[in-house]
Amino acid sequence: MRTTLVLSLLAAALALSAIAAVLIGSVSIAPTEVVSALLGSGNVNGTIIRELRLPRVLGAALVGGSLAAAGALLQGLLRNPLADPFVTGTSAGATLAAVIAIALGAAAPIVPVAAFLGALAAVILVWRLARLGGPTTVLTVLLGGVVLTSFAGALVTFILVSSDRLALRLRAVLGWLQGGVSVISWQELGVAAVVVAGGLMIALLLARRIDAYAFGEETAATLGVDLDRTTTAVLGATALLSGAAVALAGLVGFVGLVVPHALRFIIGASHGRLVPASFLAGGLAMVVADLGARTIIAPAELPVGAITGLVGAPFFLVLLVRSRRFVV
Amino acid sequence: MTAAYGPHVVLRDCGFAVRSGEVVAIVGPNGAGKSTLLRVLAGLIRPLAGAVRLDDVSIAAVPRARLARRIAVVPQIFDTLFPFTVREIVALGRTARLDLFGRASADDAVAVERAIAELELGPLASRRIDRLSGGERQRAVLAMALAQEADVLLLDEPTAHLDPAHQRGMLERLGRLAHERGFAIVSVLHDLNLASAFASRMTVLAEGRIVHDGHPRAVLSQEVVTAVFGPGLRVLADGDRQVVLPAAIRT
Repeated sequence: MRTTLVLSLLAAALALSAIAAVLIGSVSIAPTEVVSALLGSGNVNGTIIRELRLPRVLGAALVGGSLAAAGALLQGLLRNPLADPFVTGTSAGATLAAVIAIALGAAAPIVPVAAFLGALAAVILVWRLARLGGPTTVLTVLLGGVVLTSFAGALVTFILVSSDRLALRLRAVLGWLQGGVSVISWQELGVAAVVVAGGLMIALLLARRIDAYAFGEETAATLGVDLDRTTTAVLGATALLSGAAVALAGLVGFVGLVVPHALRFIIGASHGRLVPASFLAGGLAMVVADLGARTIIAPAELPVGAITGLVGAPFFLVLLVRSRRFVV
Repeated sequence: MTAAYGPHVVLRDCGFAVRSGEVVAIVGPNGAGKSTLLRVLAGLIRPLAGAVRLDDVSIAAVPRARLARRIAVVPQIFDTLFPFTVREIVALGRTARLDLFGRASADDAVAVERAIAELELGPLASRRIDRLSGGERQRAVLAMALAQEADVLLLDEPTAHLDPAHQRGMLERLGRLAHERGFAIVSVLHDLNLASAFASRMTVLAEGRIVHDGHPRAVLSQEVVTAVFGPGLRVLADGDRQVVLPAAIRT
């Protein structure tokens, strides 16, 4: 009952925040005009709403939802709330692949697919490294994530500087890298939505089996979980979700870390509830953060990553201090 | 069978068989390989030589989900940072029986409630496991293993967090359930007296080998205890059984 209530409240809040975010912007447009724009009026305001604000708000919701759901999955596998796509290097891998795709001149709808492949490669690499010395621990995964993030960052810088194609759009690309929702087209949004739907579906099918990781991998195995298959599938879902998020918004930190952790106190740890709730709450957080990014210093824009970092970093510190004895 | 961690051989030529309904205590000094033997039996470590067979089928060939319906393991680690409720933890025992979509059946719900009732966890069922005492958590994890409705229950120090009276009570309850339902119990126990009170058979491990295996009365002699654990333990007769006492400590 409580779960249904929380999920409905989150869905309602997400819908309301999305409506507000479509109504508010650096160009003020009257609500009646917004409605007629959505219905297809042809003036400038119609274009702003249909081609700029609406896809951006939907993109923000998709990004936040994916990051938070991916965070819930990674935390579940590692049985530790200190994991998310950002700190495990998954986002960095996705960014590198996306930058390579853009540098090679790939069309916008290809970018989410490239980002997914990059995320997949990164997450598999980090897990392989983490398993070398025995069971996977959060410490080894985070260390692998740190190494991979710096390495991918260096490669990204190298590509940005040396690619003529990117040099022309350096400002836009840098803005995206720092975490900024930049939905280029409805097609890109559509491709990302399909990728996210796939990731969410896998995650929901595996949710009960992720619960079995609560006492570690060995106990999950004795409870009947095929570790190799399940871990690979969950990591695949994580890669789908983070790849789509990175393609739309670059490196956005802390949403994936903070949202699932906070939700556990409200609806408990069971992943069948946590994953969908994280998706809704992450979407809500990101729509609000992106609205802030667009309006706080309007007409200029803050990278949304700066806002999530500002709110998320202190939270992460508190988390780190409180759960220190469980890090290893 | 023989088992090793890397180059370090921990179990040597251990032959060991359990029948359904049997209650076996594995005892031995620290580092004798007791936990390793349990992990080999659980299929968590593949033996270097030999095999573990369940009804004449090597468990190495059995998929994990099928194995989990036959062999339940009570883990030594039951710390979790996540606020699962006791009922959710017990329900983890049904993981192997989830359908393709991860859904539980009516049978699963019945098994979970039965395990909760058997370990008297009813009043705690909706409580968060990370807020319980060590002993309560241990009971929840035992209930999780019971909910697996397996034919073999493997336990590693199942009473480590309980006081002496609760230790006895817990083992008595487990022994009765094993008798009623015909499942076998193999349990590592440090406390020799608890082991002899609980088990119908005692297997003594020393330096990776099974050195004695039989009824507790036959195994727990002064000679065996001194040979395996060294001097400092006295075996006394108490009615028809033996008890082991630490010799007086002089400083």
